[in-house]
Amino acid sequence: MTEKTTALTTESPKTVADKTQATRDESLYLAPPVDIFESEDALTVVTDLPGVTKEDVDVRVEDGILTIKGKASYAPAAETLREEFQLRGYYRQFQLSDLIDQNKISAEAKNGVLTILLPKAEKTKPRQIQVTVG
Amino acid sequence: MTSRFDFFENMARMRRELDHILGAGGEAWSFPFSSVSFLPGRASRAYPLMNISEDKDNFYVDALAPGLATETLNVSVSGDQLVISGEKKPLPKSVKSEFLHRSERSAGQFSRSLTLSAPVEGERVEASYADGVLKVKLPKVEAAKPRQIQVALG
Repeated sequence: MTEKTTALTTESPKTVADKTQATRDESLYLAPPVDIFESEDALTVVTDLPGVTKEDVDVRVEDGILTIKGKASYAPAAETLREEFQLRGYYRQFQLSDLIDQNKISAEAKNGVLTILLPKAEKTKPRQIQVTVG
Repeated sequence: MTSRFDFFENMARMRRELDHILGAGGEAWSFPFSSVSFLPGRASRAYPLMNISEDKDNFYVDALAPGLATETLNVSVSGDQLVISGEKKPLPKSVKSEFLHRSERSAGQFSRSLTLSAPVEGERVEASYADGVLKVKLPKVEAAKPRQIQVALG
């Protein structure tokens, strides 16, 4: 899986990012940290999106590119004494390889952690070939 | 809103902040830039990141802590001290390191304490955890609340 994140404001016509409506507030985003691990039949992407509700997570696959987007709405409750974080949006893209079955991708959000399951296509799973000895 | 009282209060606050920058204060309030480390990784930073705000009656502490094992989350208060500890769940044990393509999220136990500028009422502290953000509301003790003084006109 190749990192594909590009700034929404770049003018390169090749990225999916440019196809989305680049609005001003979306140009401010964080690339969330991810863990990606592989098993025999799937790739799993785990990413931290604190402050994003289930409804504001946007995961999509388009032209073989996985896009993770999250909108965080956070405002301090009262007059700020100390500010260590600001929450705006999250945005990150990955190029998927052909071995992912793009129709079977599923995602789950819990406690600010998004888990995306990318099952491998049937044909790429290892197949045990029976050798007949005769 | 400029009064003599505010001026001294602000000076005291500035002095406290400078103390912390220079490392004289409690480590809980260390200035963000002083915690920069040469070691890689997120573990060397203060965790979780916190935003603190206050109004007349309460302090509000918001901490950015996604993926906590909620049963390990512990918020405790005594006087003006707040301690938040817990554990961020690591990946399942079945994920061996050779299966990893990327490992950018950190995990493990943490504890962070901070000193508020006034004592709070421990019994009335409220905490909630949703979407990876821990929000704690700490009511100030009656004596620490600002008092409106009636001015007698005559």
